[in-house]
Amino acid sequence: MANLALRSLTKSYGATEVLHGISLDVADGEFVVLVGPSGCGKSTTLRMIAGLEETTSGIIEIGGREVNNLEPKERDIAMVFQNYAIYPHMSVKKNIAFGLRSSKMPKADKEKRIQEVAGILDMVDLLDRKPSQLSGGQRQRVAIGRAMVRDPAVFLFDEPLSNLDAQLRTQMRLEIKKLHQRVGNTIIFVTHDQVEAMTMADRIVIMKDGHIQQVGTPEEVFHSPANTFVARFIGAPSMNLLDGRLSGNHVTLGAGTAVSIPALQSGSEQGVLLGVRPDDLHPDSTNPIIKGTVTLREPLGSETLIYVDSPFGEIIAKADGRTPPQVGATVQLGADPENLHVFDAVNGDALS
Amino acid sequence: MSDIAPSADTLLMAKPAPRSRNMGQILRWLILFIGGIAMIMPIAYMISTSLKWPHEVYNVNLIPEEPTIENYTYVLEDGRFYWWFVNSIIIATVTTICNLLFDSLVGYTLCKFRFPGRTIVFIAILSTLMIPTEMLVIPWYLMSQSFGWLDSYWGIMFPGLMTAFGTFLMKQFFESVPDDFIEAARIDGLNELQIWWTVAMPLVKPALAALAIFVFLGNWTAFLWPLIVTNSVDMYTIPVGLSGFGDEADVAWELIMTGAAISTIPTLVVFLIFQRFIIRGVVMAGLKG
Repeated sequence: MANLALRSLTKSYGATEVLHGISLDVADGEFVVLVGPSGCGKSTTLRMIAGLEETTSGIIEIGGREVNNLEPKERDIAMVFQNYAIYPHMSVKKNIAFGLRSSKMPKADKEKRIQEVAGILDMVDLLDRKPSQLSGGQRQRVAIGRAMVRDPAVFLFDEPLSNLDAQLRTQMRLEIKKLHQRVGNTIIFVTHDQVEAMTMADRIVIMKDGHIQQVGTPEEVFHSPANTFVARFIGAPSMNLLDGRLSGNHVTLGAGTAVSIPALQSGSEQGVLLGVRPDDLHPDSTNPIIKGTVTLREPLGSETLIYVDSPFGEIIAKADGRTPPQVGATVQLGADPENLHVFDAVNGDALS
Repeated sequence: MSDIAPSADTLLMAKPAPRSRNMGQILRWLILFIGGIAMIMPIAYMISTSLKWPHEVYNVNLIPEEPTIENYTYVLEDGRFYWWFVNSIIIATVTTICNLLFDSLVGYTLCKFRFPGRTIVFIAILSTLMIPTEMLVIPWYLMSQSFGWLDSYWGIMFPGLMTAFGTFLMKQFFESVPDDFIEAARIDGLNELQIWWTVAMPLVKPALAALAIFVFLGNWTAFLWPLIVTNSVDMYTIPVGLSGFGDEADVAWELIMTGAAISTIPTLVVFLIFQRFIIRGVVMAGLKG
């Protein structure tokens, strides 16, 4: 196990810079998820840590040792790929043992280690099978097994659950989380799925266009987003953003409604975006801020998502699952002041 | 709700034209049948002639009037044929192994590594396919002479130890090996040669089998270059040796056909063993190309 540090990491392809000075510290044994939309640079960052991409500038440290000029095999890392990368011509056992090929471990110890890993991943009965005889989830476990068997300082996961169906993805998510709790290695996990990020990470790194937008625990990035991008990227459905003007600790919305934000104090008047998550916006609130007409309902069982046509555009809110308002009904949506977020209208940075 | 009007496609599907379809089917079968006959006839005549006495050779009858295995006894007891057979086996086998190694190494390098001039190198290799053998034999001969390889195995083999076709075929097949496999092996600590041998090569077995057959057959039946580079009868390969059966007055076709019939056995065996791979290999090469 080891800590990981990225210092002002940049990556350019020709004249195009795709990573613009990423800095990040990952503690020993921490589970960090890099999340962001396609093309944000998360996989490039991971591949640079692995040594599969050259670093244009900046420093990568693993266990306090600079590894920029080391070959992938010398970095004490293991990687699980999106497409598993398990060799179809080898049995499960040979695939797992492949990670130990260059190890000088005695044969008996290698065998013991393989059995140990197979036991942890519940694959003892599958060791003689070929990958073509395995399900998607089992193949993913083989890929994880091959990484685990080397007991690396840092595990790198590159969107490993993308090829699985929804049910299997949930199951594997739990298994990886449990595995981390059990083995305790440092893990860097790349995904574009914010649900995966929220459910698995100790800390989430949200990236966009080669920049880190925010680093924080799942609770921090959800409840205190650093900017409108993070606010809308984390959480499903996305946060509603309403145009308004901030004066003192009041935000006046376009429709004339004034909303008090006790935690905020601004000296001068400025344009802002008032953010409120659908989970916090209800038709039966004691603090109504938006009025509109229900255009669509999405029943989720205990709750119902309602899409409301308002002067701010389409707003999503959550209503009680048993007595949701009818389509066409006029509703007053409101939220508690502590659940409101205020962002600068120009640069999108959080003010509250 | 209005009725859905049938489209032109639906009408066509609803009313197929069975007669024209059957005619097309018959025509296809006829063409295939004629093609099959055209392929089988030379082989049938080769076997038929090998079972004939010399006086019957110029009769076009397929079934010999007095079948004999005398030609087989003569050819097999003739010490020269034994040497030609051994020479052909050595040359075809060594050339095949060298092609499998060198073509796949170069194909893998051109496919999986990014380096300046990669495309130019690939185009340069491919462009050699456009130069006919007849143009190359003189430089080959001069090279053999200067290296002292005339009338030797090296002299016969060196022009075919690596081929542009094989390099192209292997490069195309290596495209189907995911980069993730290579990178995973790199992380697992293998060097590039180990990755090529342990990870990439087993995944292109169909291509290797197809290439092995192409090269083996090509060298087994090669005539022009072995004829030019060899002088002594003991260094002849089967095609060169067989062409020498007979004398100034007459060509001993029954012996040539007997030798040819015997020489098809190794290629037949190789083909039967690898045919599954060959067909797959050829199909994939066509798709990838």
